[in-house]
This record gives sequence, structure tokens and C-alpha cells, in this order.
Amino acid sequence: MTETINIFIGLVVLLGSLLSLVTTIGLIRLPDVYTRSHAASKSATLGVLLILIGALLYFWFADNYFSARLVLGIVFVFITAPVAGHLISRAAYYTNVPLWEKTVQDDLKTKERPKTKKEVEKRQKVHTEA
Amino acid sequence: MAFQILINVVIAFSWMFLKNQWAIPDFIIGYFWGLVILFLMRRFLPGRFYFERVLAAGRLFFLFLRELVLANVQVIRDILRPKLKIEPGIFAMPTELKSDWEITLLSLLITLTPGTLVMDISDDNKILYIHAMNIPDTNQAIAEIKNTFEKAIMEVTR
Repeated sequence: MTETINIFIGLVVLLGSLLSLVTTIGLIRLPDVYTRSHAASKSATLGVLLILIGALLYFWFADNYFSARLVLGIVFVFITAPVAGHLISRAAYYTNVPLWEKTVQDDLKTKERPKTKKEVEKRQKVHTEA
Repeated sequence: MAFQILINVVIAFSWMFLKNQWAIPDFIIGYFWGLVILFLMRRFLPGRFYFERVLAAGRLFFLFLRELVLANVQVIRDILRPKLKIEPGIFAMPTELKSDWEITLLSLLITLTPGTLVMDISDDNKILYIHAMNIPDTNQAIAEIKNTFEKAIMEVTR
């Protein structure tokens, strides 16, 4: 029983570290910021999650100690990682970081752009007046 | 919903007072009977029976986990393929969700689904701008996934 659990925990941790490795390869191989943030926001989240779950299970079965902080850590990573990916790619877009060769690039180009520019000008005006 | 939970807790406490026993198991038993009473009296209470929503939230959570695993499988496939075969792009997706809460949840789910990443949300909260890894082959499938997500979120929130 404990052997199978040990093997299971080992597999979980190994899977998590492999996912982190794949994320790193993705960061090197993929062509632009946006596709890279795909890799970073998904694989890295699940990789860290699996390693934390492995640690949780290990201390639960080996030391009979249930660490609630690890659960909390899992939840926090789960919630924050995609938000970070979103914010980074959004900031990249609005600071004119170029996209790769694209097919559809709808509306961010057509709709949002002038509005934010106007807002930027307005803000600058406020700054100069103040 | 909060009102119904409050009633349920009050019923559980009344159960503990009636039994004159003050332990967690008694609270759980009382909570269960409160749930039964609320279910029988659901016609007289405002809103839906709240436990349905709890179940819907559970379903949403499992949907979330499944999509996370699928997303990772796809990202791994995209990254480790010998020749990089991706066609990224940004597309717009209209959404019916209204409140900030629902939209945040939806974009969290979308970001963790296969091949999509939320880039921006229009000022009137009606359109999500999504960056996709493979525009041609996933556009249709993604729209379907979004519908299931939106439906699942609506099941929870209204």
C-alpha cells in the first residue's frame, strides 16, 4: 500500500517537473510574447500544481501531517497565474510589441486602440497642466 | 442564496438546541435536516434552491480541472512538435455575461483552456478579445467550449 502510494507520489512530482521543463523549452522555441505566455500560463501552472500536490501527499502519508498551507498555495497559484499571463500579454500589446505572422487580428487593432490613445493624451494633458 | 444558507445554519443550531448536544456531528445532522426542510419549502423562498447552485459550482470546478489537463496536453504537443505548426491570432468573442464577477471567472477559465488566452475586455463588458494559438482548426471548437463555460457559469450565478 505505502509502496504504491510512494510510486504514485513520485510520478506526480516527476510529471510536474517534466511539465516545467516543457514550459522552458516552449519559452525558448515559441516565436513571440503572446504564444510564449500561452506556454507560461498553462504548463507552468499545472507543473507547479502537481509538484505541490506531490509534496502535500508525501507529507500526508509519510509524516501523517496534512499541510493546509500547501492547499492554500495550490489555490493561490491556480488563481493568480492566468491573471499574470493575461496582464503581461495585455501590457505587451499596448506597448506595441509586434505579433508573429498572423491570420486573424480582429478588433484589438480596430476598436480599442484609438480610445486608449485618446486616454493617454488626456492623461498627459492632465499631467502637463498639473 | 446567502439568505437560504443563513436559514439553514439557524435550523442546524435549533436542532442542536433541541437535542441539547453541542458537537460538530450534531451540527452536520441538523444542517442535513435543514437542507431537507429548505428543499420542501423551496416554493416559498426567494430565488432558486441554493444547493442546486452548490452542485453547479462543483460541476464547474471539475470542468475546470479537465480543461486544464487538456490545455496542457495541447501546449505540450505544440511545443514539442519538430516543426512549429502554429497559426496564432486574436479574435473577438461576444459574451452574454454581465457582472464583473462572471466575466472574471469566464476569462480565468478561457485562459486555462486549450490554446486560448484573454488579451482584453471591451469597456462595455460585451466582447472578449482572445489570443488563440491555432486560429483555423480551433475557432469552431473554441466557440463551443465557450458556450459550455458560459452556460456552466450562468447555472451557478443565476
